[in-house]
Amino acid sequence: MMDFIVIPILALLAATAVTVARIRNLWAAVMFTGIYSFLSASWMLILDAPDVAFTEAAVGAGITTILMLATLSLTPRRHRRSGRLSSEDFEERPSRSPLVPLLIVTITGCALVYGTFDMPHFGDPNAPIQVYPQPSFVEKSQPDMHGLPNVVTAVLASYRGYDTLGETAVIFTAGIAVLLILRKNTDDQSRLESQAVTGENA
Amino acid sequence: MNSFPIIRVITKLLIPYILLFGLYVQFHGDFGPGGGFQAGVIFAAALILYGLVYGLPAVHKVAPPKVIEKLTAVGLLVYAGTGLVCMLLGGNFLDYDVLNHGLLTELPAALDFLLSDKPHHFLPEGQHLGIFLVELGVGITVTAVMTMIFYAFAGRERVTS
Repeated sequence: MMDFIVIPILALLAATAVTVARIRNLWAAVMFTGIYSFLSASWMLILDAPDVAFTEAAVGAGITTILMLATLSLTPRRHRRSGRLSSEDFEERPSRSPLVPLLIVTITGCALVYGTFDMPHFGDPNAPIQVYPQPSFVEKSQPDMHGLPNVVTAVLASYRGYDTLGETAVIFTAGIAVLLILRKNTDDQSRLESQAVTGENA
Repeated sequence: MNSFPIIRVITKLLIPYILLFGLYVQFHGDFGPGGGFQAGVIFAAALILYGLVYGLPAVHKVAPPKVIEKLTAVGLLVYAGTGLVCMLLGGNFLDYDVLNHGLLTELPAALDFLLSDKPHHFLPEGQHLGIFLVELGVGITVTAVMTMIFYAFAGRERVTS
């Protein structure tokens, strides 16, 4: 029964990925990455990972799409590569032979598929992720957390609270870095404007 | 977006529910799926939606950039401060068990004990309080950083060439 949901989602994921790679309209490509994120979120929901699905839907489909669209609205519409190619050239097929990239991609894909043979089956009770932290957090967290039902939150905020503090610091640092890079221009502009205003007043 | 009345009206209808859902995800994160990070992103999404439809000056009135910039640090300080309070109370850094305050459980439990002789459960809520504070810090930082990045992008002029 689940196959009726799982197979269409995976097929749509593959189709969306190919479309993103092939499409040349940047606006459409951004929208397709948003669709890809939503499909990934649905897929994670099927895998019983609602916390990850939440994050993927909110960050991947929501914020990232908005920021990419904002970037596109700021950049010139015409895409120029290395000063020689214009957007019309970009539509054409690349002149290089596709054989070498195809070979590399095929070998990498085969290696990855070969690697999955060693992985445990989905939901295998003897998989390392189920047996490794002995006794597992799932068993320990109920008495430790005094009845907090969400083990994911217990692990993130309490058992691994120090890691989450580091992640929050990373988000903070990234925000400061973006602010330092992007805000400089507007500061210069406002200074120029204020100089112009004072100049007019004087 | 001033010339799209449908989008403006629908946005105004949607934003309260987005904010409410963000609060739910934030404060219900220890019982259901969610937590500070997701709630922060949802909260920021509401602000960004408002900014997209009603323009940057309107959203600057709701969430002034100077306040948002300071909130990025406030969230992190709430998180680290929770850890420091745990140390001051004699525990390890981020060891929430020392945060047991007993206000919410011992009083009802005492009343319960007075009113009936049934066995009652003492719920030590140190872990709950610690996780609540920590997730609050994460939520504040994520909301502020996402909104700040949007401000930084939207405040720039379009490159013309």
